[in-house]
Amino acid sequence: MSLATETLSKLRLEHVSMVFGRDGKTVPVLDDLNLQVADGEFIAVVGPSGCGKSTLLNLTGGFLSPTNGSITIDGQPVHGPDPRRILVFQERGVFPWLTVEGNIGFGLSKLSRAERRERIAHYVQMVRLQGFEHTYPSDLSGGMKQRLQVARALAVNPDILYLDEPFGALDSVTRLIMRGELLRIWQAERRTIILVTHDIDEAVQLADRVVVLSSRPAKIENILTIDIAHPRYISSRRYLELRDELLSKIGLAFTV
Amino acid sequence: MSTLLRPIAFIVALLVLWQVAVSRHPDQLLPGPWAVVKGIGELLQHGLLLKYVVASLFRVTWGFALAAVLAIPLGLTLGWYQRGEMAVYPLVQIFRPISPLAWIPLAILWFGVGDFAAIFLIFVGCFFPLILTAMSAVRNVPAVYINVGRNFGMSKGEFVYRVLYPAVTPQLIVGSRITMGIAWLVVVAAEMIAVNSGLGFLIIDARNAGNRYDLVIAGMVIIGTIGLLLDLGMRSLERVKSFRWSYSEE
Repeated sequence: MSLATETLSKLRLEHVSMVFGRDGKTVPVLDDLNLQVADGEFIAVVGPSGCGKSTLLNLTGGFLSPTNGSITIDGQPVHGPDPRRILVFQERGVFPWLTVEGNIGFGLSKLSRAERRERIAHYVQMVRLQGFEHTYPSDLSGGMKQRLQVARALAVNPDILYLDEPFGALDSVTRLIMRGELLRIWQAERRTIILVTHDIDEAVQLADRVVVLSSRPAKIENILTIDIAHPRYISSRRYLELRDELLSKIGLAFTV
Repeated sequence: MSTLLRPIAFIVALLVLWQVAVSRHPDQLLPGPWAVVKGIGELLQHGLLLKYVVASLFRVTWGFALAAVLAIPLGLTLGWYQRGEMAVYPLVQIFRPISPLAWIPLAILWFGVGDFAAIFLIFVGCFFPLILTAMSAVRNVPAVYINVGRNFGMSKGEFVYRVLYPAVTPQLIVGSRITMGIAWLVVVAAEMIAVNSGLGFLIIDARNAGNRYDLVIAGMVIIGTIGLLLDLGMRSLERVKSFRWSYSEE
């Protein structure tokens, strides 16, 4: 990799390892990960379940500190969570005591009233929740709640969005719809996105690059570049080639 | 409407049965419902009813409020810092099963006969359940809410006000409703011994001053009615939309 692209990278992981201590025993989870993510890039992370994908997000999000190695964003080491990079959780992430509006406005308390209202209206529209502004999450469907969580994250203008299997708990049809929505939002706003998923199609359809992790302790098994322009047709030859390649890589990963 | 009609019909039927039974055995000391109604009228006439109700509510309010103001923040703090909870929990569990009435001698020793003793007893009755409620409420806050709060970069105060407090509120309301019931039980007992006003005093005084069982039962009816109203009031809090969710529904 040339020096120019190195300085351009938004997020850098260098020799990142993570070891958990549990009942006096140590459990290695991540083993020497190295990764550079460019600004505006869409990265998907796949790997066997329990391999440490979520741990990786929690590290880059600042919720955990790595046992070894360094994580930098824009050249600055990550110390703790930061509103410039928001993590979207698999479920239960929205606050049930706030309405749709209240949730989207949650991170906007420092803005003036008018600005806040404008920002909320913009993101209500973006995630297509018009008419539900005053609805509480208990009256929303699972897909709507996840859209709401994405809207709340985007509303604070983060540079990076971490998505931890955001559509994993949804039914397959809703998941397909959400995939389209996420792509549309990404194309409109061009944030850097790291998406952890167990859905191969989700990864191939959305990401610029797919990072394949091995089983625990996870290493980066492979990084696959998806060289197809959007929109990607699920039945095009190149798509199927890449998908099969990814599947075989994960197959290998599973047997290791 | 029929949901209200049925219990009312049932109560009326019981009252009729009671009246019939009493009029068939006029030599019994137990008064009939009509005598009780007249007793309530007599209390109203003398201005005693309102005075005693206010006295009892005053003690319950103070005892409960003092306990809530101390126990809830303390319990939330202890619950947040797990080590604090581990240190305090066994002690709380030792105090909790002691009936507040067991404190009567100490209450009178420390505060003499009067409002303070009664308020202290209600305080003791409410403090331990409330601190346990608050501790478990914090512990049960899903980690994801705490992480979201941290992610959006807020000060400690903001975090408490905008995440922790709303997250524990539904559980605190349920705990407070149950504790309010305890307070109302304790005040009656406390007033029988520690003071000379209030609904508990009314009952014990009516018996001592000439076996006025109509007034005894009148007092019981009023206590029950007010207890019901207190519970309904607390329940209406549970229906507030932003409190009405619970973790299990999510």
